[in-house]
Amino acid sequence: MENKPIVTCAGDQSLFTSLYTSLAQQLPKEPMEWRRSYGRAPKMIHLEANFVQFKEELLPKDGNRALLTFPFLHIYWTDCCDTEMYKVSVKDGMLRWQSTLRLHGSVDWLIVVVESEAKKKNKTNILPRTSIVDKIRNDFCNKQSDRCVVLSDPLKESSRSQDSWNSFLTKLRTLLLMSFTKNLGRFEDDMRTLREKRTEPGWSFCDYFMVQEELAFVFEMLQQFEDALVQYDELDALFTQYVLNFGAGDGANWLGSFCATVKRWSGLLLRRPIDMEKRELIQRGEASLLDLRSYLFSRQCTLLIFLQRPWEVTQRALELLHNCVQELRLLEVSVVQGALDCWVFLSCLEVLHRIEGCCDRAQLEANCSHTVGLWTYATEKLKSLGYLCGLVAEKGPTSEDLNRTVDLLAGLGEERPETVNSLQSPYKKLNEALSSVEAFEKHYLELSHAAMEMYRAIGRMRSSRLIGKSLAEFYMKKGDPERAEGFLDDSLRSYVAEGWSLQVTHTRKQMAECQKLLQQTEDYLQTSALLAGDANLTEEERKHFYQVILTFASQAPTVALSMAAFAQLRQMQFSPPGAVVHVGAALQLELRVRCLMPVAVQVEQLAATLHFSLEQGGARGRAGGTQRRTGQGPQGQGDGVVLFPQGSPLAGAGMGASLPPALELYEMQDRSPSDSSLNSTGVVCKNMHLLLRRHDSSASLDTPTAGALPAAVAVDDGAQMLRARDITLQPGDNSILFTAPTGEPGSYTLRQLCGSVGRVQFVQSHIYPVVQYEVYSQEPQLTIEPLSDNLLAGIPQKVKFTIATGHYSVKKGDALQLSNTDSMPILHSSCCSATILSSTGELVGERALSVQSSEKVTSISLPPTPPYHTLEFQLEVLCHIPPTPFKPDIERLTNGEVRHRPKNHSQADSGMIHIDQKVSIDCPWSIYSTLISLTFYVPFKAKHSILSAGKRKYIQVCLQNVSDTNFHLADPVLTELTDRAHTSSLTRSLTHLFGSSFPQTVCSQQSVFCLWEMRWVKHLPLCLQCAFSASFAPVSASDAHTAFKPYRYEFQLDRVSTLYSLKAEILPSSGDQHCRTGALCGLEVSITRQAEPSETEGEEEESTEIEGLRTTKLMYEVVDNSSNWAVCGKSSGVVSMPVAASATHRVQMEVMPLFAGHLPFPDIKVFKYLPHSAVPAIQPDTDSCLENDTMSLLDKGLDDQGDTASIRSRGSIHSVGSGEQQRGLPMPRLEPFSPGQVFYWSQGRQVLVLPVTDDHVMEVNVT
Amino acid sequence: MAVCIAVIAKENYPLYIRSVPVQNELKFHYTVHTSLDVVEEKISAVGKAMADQRELYLGLLYPTEDYKVYPSHMIIVYYTPVCMFFILIENILLYRHTRYGYVTNSKVKFVIVADSSNTSLRDNEIRSMFRKLHNSFTDVMCNPFYNPGDTIQSKAFDSMVSAMMVQAS
Repeated sequence: MENKPIVTCAGDQSLFTSLYTSLAQQLPKEPMEWRRSYGRAPKMIHLEANFVQFKEELLPKDGNRALLTFPFLHIYWTDCCDTEMYKVSVKDGMLRWQSTLRLHGSVDWLIVVVESEAKKKNKTNILPRTSIVDKIRNDFCNKQSDRCVVLSDPLKESSRSQDSWNSFLTKLRTLLLMSFTKNLGRFEDDMRTLREKRTEPGWSFCDYFMVQEELAFVFEMLQQFEDALVQYDELDALFTQYVLNFGAGDGANWLGSFCATVKRWSGLLLRRPIDMEKRELIQRGEASLLDLRSYLFSRQCTLLIFLQRPWEVTQRALELLHNCVQELRLLEVSVVQGALDCWVFLSCLEVLHRIEGCCDRAQLEANCSHTVGLWTYATEKLKSLGYLCGLVAEKGPTSEDLNRTVDLLAGLGEERPETVNSLQSPYKKLNEALSSVEAFEKHYLELSHAAMEMYRAIGRMRSSRLIGKSLAEFYMKKGDPERAEGFLDDSLRSYVAEGWSLQVTHTRKQMAECQKLLQQTEDYLQTSALLAGDANLTEEERKHFYQVILTFASQAPTVALSMAAFAQLRQMQFSPPGAVVHVGAALQLELRVRCLMPVAVQVEQLAATLHFSLEQGGARGRAGGTQRRTGQGPQGQGDGVVLFPQGSPLAGAGMGASLPPALELYEMQDRSPSDSSLNSTGVVCKNMHLLLRRHDSSASLDTPTAGALPAAVAVDDGAQMLRARDITLQPGDNSILFTAPTGEPGSYTLRQLCGSVGRVQFVQSHIYPVVQYEVYSQEPQLTIEPLSDNLLAGIPQKVKFTIATGHYSVKKGDALQLSNTDSMPILHSSCCSATILSSTGELVGERALSVQSSEKVTSISLPPTPPYHTLEFQLEVLCHIPPTPFKPDIERLTNGEVRHRPKNHSQADSGMIHIDQKVSIDCPWSIYSTLISLTFYVPFKAKHSILSAGKRKYIQVCLQNVSDTNFHLADPVLTELTDRAHTSSLTRSLTHLFGSSFPQTVCSQQSVFCLWEMRWVKHLPLCLQCAFSASFAPVSASDAHTAFKPYRYEFQLDRVSTLYSLKAEILPSSGDQHCRTGALCGLEVSITRQAEPSETEGEEEESTEIEGLRTTKLMYEVVDNSSNWAVCGKSSGVVSMPVAASATHRVQMEVMPLFAGHLPFPDIKVFKYLPHSAVPAIQPDTDSCLENDTMSLLDKGLDDQGDTASIRSRGSIHSVGSGEQQRGLPMPRLEPFSPGQVFYWSQGRQVLVLPVTDDHVMEVNVT
Repeated sequence: MAVCIAVIAKENYPLYIRSVPVQNELKFHYTVHTSLDVVEEKISAVGKAMADQRELYLGLLYPTEDYKVYPSHMIIVYYTPVCMFFILIENILLYRHTRYGYVTNSKVKFVIVADSSNTSLRDNEIRSMFRKLHNSFTDVMCNPFYNPGDTIQSKAFDSMVSAMMVQAS
């Protein structure tokens, strides 16, 4: 196509001809900027022109708007350089030319004056060069001097000529563009005016179409394809809008021609730039809608390909095809059935061919996604044509079908001349495909496979499968189920995987049909089972498929199918709920099953195989009852209910697989093995490995997880199984009761569930979560527990005997033999009875129990008890309180060893003494004796102390109730324990001194004090053994008299008699009546020997014989611990006391009161002073214990009256350093007197100290 | 307006699907399912850019021509790549304890199939329909008794979808 803007040339034709070649060459060389109206962006364009000779016919007449033939510029050429000649001929010519132009209203003109040196030289009488040009300008270009151009020496190669060429060309371009702008602008305005008239009755779209297309052509001519495309798009949109308005009831008259019956459906034609045939049809107003659309699209396609946008073509093509079908329907155009399919099919292929024609293979493959839609569309259309023309039916086309085919082919018309020679033209393809069944199949398969391949290549698996599925339908129609199966299976898998239930149902139905034809009995049955349980189907369909199963069940060989299609497990419940039973016990398992079949099913047998494993440790631990299963146990529910997770029925297996499993949490408690105290507790997630596994972020379609059919199921024949026979399963939930075998101890796990309907077996190969129960066997056990928290010694206490019989059956005559001990007799009670409990804790019976006691053993005859029961009875026992050993508070014996009290030791916290009592029992089931230890606590704690008043002595006994029980206490008696004659050295007690009377209630933690005065006849024995006894009974005891039990406390008193009495007197300084602070006072201490030394005592006392007088050495010490006194001078000393009654020694000391008020006397202590010679040499390595007891006197001087002490207000301070220096030397020893040996007269005395009179004057100045 | 509205889970199974001509349900299911191809393609093609722009609307994506019952449907897909915080307050009344929330990049898709003979449907109308659908869906997710991943059985959601479909006819 060589459409170029027309430029006319007038004037000297030969001159123009000589210049034409170079002009046509040079004009498009440089681009020119084209500024445009209406704010459109400026463009650079290369101008070309078609130079023609000026003729008057070329000028457009009024009303003719053809732009293609419109001369945009008129040029007048002249090379006149002679004034005369100009005046004679050239001017006239120009005038004529101008007037013609003016007549037609054309203002786009240009006069070119060509100058040449050669010509100038020929003429001698030349005017100055410019004059001609000036004349012309003068004559013609009134104000537009630029309308006249000089071109000098155009045929010469000189810079001057080049310059003039350039300026000429620029001028030419500028003027051309100006003309374009002006003329196109005018044209567009006219066009718009025409468009505005579209509501007027006579308006015709076709006319308007032609006008606007003219504009498009011009743009195309100017290489402005984009703009050209816009024109077509506008036309497209306008037309579409009219059609839509028509649909909305607003019809335009001119649309009538488009509503005519479609007679030709020859498809798009894209091989020509302009389909003149169709264009003429449009021009004549005879085009059908398809013609118009086809033409419009072919133009758009051409332009798009010019613009190198082939993929937009495919996209627009698809839209166009959809749209056309839509519009024909909207306009209610009558179309022969199938004609549109033909049109669409041909068009799709035509577009594809066109695209293939302008792209290479690699490009095509890379852009499958753009073309695949057309492929699919073509496939669909061919398929529907095939169905329409009876090419798919097994019998082949009928005569009616053939007639229809002929009609359709007729509408295609003749093949276009462009494609006659190509073998693969769409026309030929369609012709061939519709001509025979085989050819159709070939073409259809070819298209389908091509589309599927493309879809697969771009990863649109779903679309690919959808085509596959329609292929499968095709194969099924053709009676070729083998081929259909693969496609169906593929689709079904993907639908199941993604959980689209309707599709699953639909495809499965097709699958069933396919499998039926293929005689795949097992698969067919499985599919039928799935369909029978499919809620998406109607009742009738489901019954039909169920019937299929029943039919097979009565004839076919055994077939195993998956249980999932048949029924769903809902829950299992054990009874008893713990699912732990002993051997031989009854265990029932209730299974809830949701039957998916549409009608009631008679199941001959429902069996669950069991896996048996011997589990040792667990069963025993559980049987003991001490170790409860913490948390929820393996069943997930505490009450023995196992719930089966339900995948949503809608989503099916695929969804179940894709959802994360629920958290399975268990409580965990860690108890310390020794005292079962809680160490730690926590929550454990059992299925962490499943939850923390990495999940694919998107489900991959390429590998569907769940198959359309569950994997083949194998029936395994376990040795043991749960069985239920002849059950009728109603649709919906059913409950089935199994009795579980409990013959062997161990753990039983349910493995497989199998239901048989005739020969058909429905098998669930795994039961998850794991369901298991345990059977245990238990050894008989005997435990003895106290009824209360603590057993108290001394009073009868009840203990509970518990016998867990385990596997042993207690027969008549079986007895427990308890070996008696003296300290703990078993009390007889006639009304002793035993209760028998079953393993679940239910009361079975109550039997009498006979207890026979001989000297050695107590025999308890047991009532007969079946195995795995518990026998309980209570007995009363009494633990005697052992007599308290001597002086339990002084633990050091003379040999320095700590005394160990066998059996009894104090409890650390409560101070209660407890006694471990061992009981040895012979049980009938064992040849060995059972040794059981019971702990009794002594309820009381006793303490004694000795009190003195001068020579008189008192014994105080404090009895504290350390138990939690309240007691009555009666008859406290203190006796002397002597086996010799002088018994009555002690007399009666003085307890009544307090005015309280016995029996007395002693509450928990209360103490009772009793006081006795000691009187003796001659000498007080050096060592006195006493026993305190009282009787007590719990306050709660019913029979107070019989319940009173004795309590006894024995103790020993040593050296009780008073040896010395100590009297202190504080005398104020002379002349003063009272002591004053800061003033020295005299402290006079007199030590008096009270008693004659007895023989036994004398040995103990260290005495020395000096001049016939026996003396002992005492050391005294004045210590003031309360900082009241300052001892001045020596504070301690050693005195020698004669061993005679009433021997007195006085010591004078000076003390100074530090405070005023009633001050207590400073403490005065007296020790026995044992000189070093009397003591065996003290080992240097003697432990510090000894040093504490015997006060070292290092800092007090060693001489008798040593004045070592200065003012000492505190107690003596040992200097460690000096102590070490003196280590090796023999040292005197101090020994304290035992309590009661020294009587302090002045204990508690106080003396009045006055403050010092204050002589100081305080001056107070007031200003 | 809309003839079929579907909510599709991240794993591509339908959370909710409803179509107006019930007798042709299967066809809609097939259509919606197949359209997922294009959805996935678009998601993976634009991927991150889309998430950044918060542009959830994928636009018209899958035109088909159906010549049997319903002439032609355009399928428009709405896609929610935003991170949604689903706080699982499971059985709050029963146990009174809150479980930890988790963040899921919820690739839930909404698909609206519109009757293409209804040409008055504008792009922003579709957008507003999707916004409504999204809001309603969020309400469903906020229901403490709703388990994410379950099919939607909510009266409110149902009535909202019905309203959008009634608007159509």
